[in-house]
Amino acid sequence: MSSIAHLTRRYYFSASHRLHNEALGEEENRRVYGKCNNPFGHGHNYALEVTVGGAVDPATGMVVNLADLDRVVGEEILERFDHANLNACRESFASRVPTSENLCQEIFRLLDDRWGREPALGNARLERVRIEETSANAFEYGPRSDN
Amino acid sequence: MIYLTRKAEFSASHYYHNPLFSAQENARLFGKCNNPNGHGHNYLLEVTVKGDADPGTGMVLDLKQLKEVLNREVLEVLDHRFLNHEVAAFASRIPTTENIAVEIWRMLEGKLPAGRLHRIRLYETHDLFVDYYGEQG
Repeated sequence: MSSIAHLTRRYYFSASHRLHNEALGEEENRRVYGKCNNPFGHGHNYALEVTVGGAVDPATGMVVNLADLDRVVGEEILERFDHANLNACRESFASRVPTSENLCQEIFRLLDDRWGREPALGNARLERVRIEETSANAFEYGPRSDN
Repeated sequence: MIYLTRKAEFSASHYYHNPLFSAQENARLFGKCNNPNGHGHNYLLEVTVKGDADPGTGMVLDLKQLKEVLNREVLEVLDHRFLNHEVAAFASRIPTTENIAVEIWRMLEGKLPAGRLHRIRLYETHDLFVDYYGEQG
């Protein structure tokens, strides 16, 4: 029996950003991004959902040990982005606007890169990243999600 | 195809322990959850049923009947129980959120008056939930 379960954990971080594309003129940036183009930036309390899937280990009853998942997400994502200015995170956003769409994909990439170096995560597969920028806006990225 | 979801809540206690592992290994793996006296959660269960709306009633299934099935098959078994000691399924399986979700699927499979079971979503806390789509999922 396969018993594939999908586990989702929520995390929280706060960050600021400014939506601005150097390739566009000032007027065009203001038109496209509106208030989000304010040169001084603004912030959000982001809620992050990380979904992992895999067979339930008969010995532990778990898809993944939450302590390991928390450690990986903490080190890769929360330490990097919590109380940070996303535009200043050059490794991630030197050439991309830090919209929540791009942030979603970047968080997936960062976690996916780390996954291979984390034997503790076992057979659990990273399936989906979902970000709530506010209670009204949510963004999902899950290139391998089946459901 | 319509997907219909009904929520239900139950409260239960549990602890995580594998008798095949040493005390040290259990403590390392399960941390605070290994305390044999147990601890509790208010679980939130979402049961999603899929099917076509009946042309006569406009419903996938009768919600009252679904509620009765949920009460009888799931809540009466799990609510206000110490899962490790009082629910037979967890005598030999650790009552993790993953295993409880799988067990709830088994409790409900074949018991619905209409439609097909699609998903069990079980929240252990606001920040942790498990989805299970059956053996095919």
